[in-house]
Amino acid sequence: MTTALILLPIAGALAVWLLPWRTSRSAGGLALLVALAELFLWVVAVRRFDFGSGELQQSADVTWVADLDISYKVGLFDFSLWLVGLTAFVGVAAIGYAMWVGRDRPRAYFGLLLFLTGATIGVFSAQDLLLFYLFFEAMLIPLYVLIGVWGGTRRAVATVKFIIYTMAGSLLMLVAVIALGLANKTFDMTQLGPNDNPWIFLGFVAAFAVKAPLWPFHGWLPDAYREAPSEVAALLSGVVSKTAAYGLIRIVLPSFPEPVADFRTTILILASVGLVYGSLLAFRSEDVRGVIAYSSLAQMCLIVLGIFAGNASGLDGALLQMVNHGLVSASLFLLAGAIERRTTTGRLELLGGMARGRPLLASLLLATGVIALAVPLSSAFAAEFLILNGAFDRGWGYAVVGALAIVLAAMYTLRLISAVLHEDVGSAVHPQALDLRPAEVAIVGALVVALVALSLWPAGITDHAFMGADGPAGWAEYVPPAR
Amino acid sequence: MDFRTPDIDWAALAPVLVLMGTSGFVLLVGVFLPRGARRGFGATFAALGLLAAAIVAGILFAQDETASLTLRESIWRDRLAEMAQILVCGAGLLAIGVSYWERRAPLDPGASEPPADEHERIIELYALLLAAVGGMAFFVQADNLMALFLGLEWFSIALYILTAISVHRLSSLEAGLKYLIVGSFGSAILLFGSAFVYGATGALEFRAIAEGSGDAERLFLVAGLALILVGLAFKMSAAPFHMWTPDVYQGAPTSITAFMAAATKVAALVLTLRLLTTAFPGEEDLWTWGLAGIACVSLLWGNLAALVQTDVKRLLAYSSVSHAGFLLMPLAAGNELGGRALLFYLVPYAAMSVGSFAIVAARERELRRPVTLENLGGFGWERPFLGVTMAVFMFGFIGLPPAGLFLGKFYAFAAAYERGWTWLVIVGVLGTVISIYYYLGVIASMYMRPAEARVAAAGGSPPRDWPLATTVFLSLVVTVGSLVAADPLIDLMRDAVASLTFPH
Repeated sequence: MTTALILLPIAGALAVWLLPWRTSRSAGGLALLVALAELFLWVVAVRRFDFGSGELQQSADVTWVADLDISYKVGLFDFSLWLVGLTAFVGVAAIGYAMWVGRDRPRAYFGLLLFLTGATIGVFSAQDLLLFYLFFEAMLIPLYVLIGVWGGTRRAVATVKFIIYTMAGSLLMLVAVIALGLANKTFDMTQLGPNDNPWIFLGFVAAFAVKAPLWPFHGWLPDAYREAPSEVAALLSGVVSKTAAYGLIRIVLPSFPEPVADFRTTILILASVGLVYGSLLAFRSEDVRGVIAYSSLAQMCLIVLGIFAGNASGLDGALLQMVNHGLVSASLFLLAGAIERRTTTGRLELLGGMARGRPLLASLLLATGVIALAVPLSSAFAAEFLILNGAFDRGWGYAVVGALAIVLAAMYTLRLISAVLHEDVGSAVHPQALDLRPAEVAIVGALVVALVALSLWPAGITDHAFMGADGPAGWAEYVPPAR
Repeated sequence: MDFRTPDIDWAALAPVLVLMGTSGFVLLVGVFLPRGARRGFGATFAALGLLAAAIVAGILFAQDETASLTLRESIWRDRLAEMAQILVCGAGLLAIGVSYWERRAPLDPGASEPPADEHERIIELYALLLAAVGGMAFFVQADNLMALFLGLEWFSIALYILTAISVHRLSSLEAGLKYLIVGSFGSAILLFGSAFVYGATGALEFRAIAEGSGDAERLFLVAGLALILVGLAFKMSAAPFHMWTPDVYQGAPTSITAFMAAATKVAALVLTLRLLTTAFPGEEDLWTWGLAGIACVSLLWGNLAALVQTDVKRLLAYSSVSHAGFLLMPLAAGNELGGRALLFYLVPYAAMSVGSFAIVAARERELRRPVTLENLGGFGWERPFLGVTMAVFMFGFIGLPPAGLFLGKFYAFAAAYERGWTWLVIVGVLGTVISIYYYLGVIASMYMRPAEARVAAAGGSPPRDWPLATTVFLSLVVTVGSLVAADPLIDLMRDAVASLTFPH
């Protein structure tokens, strides 16, 4: 089942690349069909999932290299299931949006989007260290090409920076993978014993800190998010960045109990600084994508804060916020793309007054924004409340910083909304610039509906995750059963 | 004077004999053929000869569970040698596909058209290619400093001529001369070192050297070991002994470059592995550290120098220097994991080297001029298959999936880590991070740079080049296949190094 979830998009990508298509629509149409089938597969997986057990489910295990006990081992934990779902869902939205926009060289483009989806799902379900690393690296290839070929004018710089930053981090992770695997005499993630070597711990953290990104490893972020096509930016900030947070939860927390405790304060402080710093930059940013990009930085730092709070509340909140922020930022980036297509710019000083005569754009942006700034009853509010609750247990200072950041989030989100929708009509806003078209409404609307559903029932996720990990600290102290 | 011929295990020599026999056959019969038939004849029989030699080596590999010596203890019959023979034969086979239409090679800027007779020297090319592979096949079997030197000169001389075989191109002649001079210098150093070792231990045979090293004059033994290593480092183009590499790789006909880049590395590294573990186990602290040093220099020098290259062949040449560094990491580790890692790494690496040079050759033939990063613009979209394959190779050289080098690098790092040399792994990581820039540069040129107005000199689409496309396809299959089917491959490599004893 999990194998099918990974292989379906990759097989779809191959089909899109290799079959001779007459028109660009048919390549995109096939890609969309595959993405929808993937979402359906995920729904089937959820229905078959036994949430009570908390164990690895729907797993497959085939020897890959017997020599060092490396295997193709995949499976789903309850929390990874939600992230797989997020990927499949945002994948549908991105492919649908790309199809509506119509990109050059559609076969290559749609194939790469599907491949990216498949590789990301691979990261969320790999249960072997080397396989995890393989998928983690495999995500880079489509991202590089998607941004490098279809990106904005400064794409060359953006891609090189992005790849070198991430590879520098992930090669350190490769060293850590080797070290951890050789120390355990297996690369099977379900059989790793606790390890107290801080250097191995730091190798993993380096990769995830760059990918998330965590302050101060975010140098690649503004360029990559600005230059990527909007649906790629949606996938990158909505889904791909979550692989880093997932890696922290899946590998770092259970395998390195002592180093986690030793470095907790450092990481919490970095996350707190990044939270405030990202929020301030988002507030000062001069373009739509800048606001979303830096708010992503802030939100990822908030998620890391929750993860390293080291208790069940923080972890639940982090997971909820991962799904929630994935949907929010995907939706915002797609809306940013829609705005840029209508005005040819994302600069806030040239925008404004777009609400008048464009009710659909205004409603969707407002709805997403309101959820993003965590008004009470929204899913972001639930998630941030849980994270702050967890952080408070660790030290009240972190909770104060987190609360401050929520205020800042309100400031930058409202600034974005008013700069785009209200104020005087901007010079780049043509009076005849259209409202959202039905396809755009359907795609972004689906994301917003999912957010509203999540706001109504956040326990849908928090009560169905980390079930195998009882005790006050939950998964943070969960040690997988030995062989 | 009593002279007895030694007992000869003909089976051990069979791959070499097949190759040399085919070489002679191609050369002698080819002369009598009409010019138009020579290309097909030469290529067919060269391919058959290489295939036959590889199959013979494969059969021997399946049979030889224990290693044995033959020819008065001067050559080995063991799985390590047979595996290396299979690999060099494979590299030769792939190179044939590239060489088939070599006449469409680029001109020097400003040079006149090549001679109208496009079939000139094609027979010699295939005969020499077979001789070079034969030399390497003999070289990797050597168990004796004389046999080692004989094999080295044997394939080197063939390669010197092959480098200069495009006689209408000045750059090819220049490269041949450079290779000859620098290569002879390297051989002389190796010979000098062999003399020292012989003087110190009184032995030429590897195991006898190991036995004799106990009460040998330390100074001469160490100096001899160092000089031999330098001579071999010349051949594997490890920095700082790589000075010839970029010039020769750039000047040689691209099919020959493709062959050299893959096969010479295999031969030199496999022999180094055998020599060091068999003849110098007592000096392991010297050579492991020495090789680790050379690996570091190669990783940094090769990658940094590649950053500023614009000619793609030169860029790939420096990449080959840097990969000598990656290949030396497991060798320097001196453990059994390292032996496996080295041999496994060589499989995708050889395929990717031949494949990437083959793609460069395809572009050269299209443009009729040397390929640079500039005139690669738009190549990826014009030739989708070659473009995607080149992208896979470039991502693979970085160590990204789906190339088998992903696992190769993992194994190389794992071997160095198991030795406890985390610092060496970190240097490898650093080298990889530097290398990303120029490998991505190639991909960016192919896909993200608009095609120049019309770079192709000859109008129309380039003629189909099936032999070359076959080579590229097979390289891709090996590259990706070595990731998927890593398990059986690693088992084979474990068998191959089973007869060696590693110091760590």
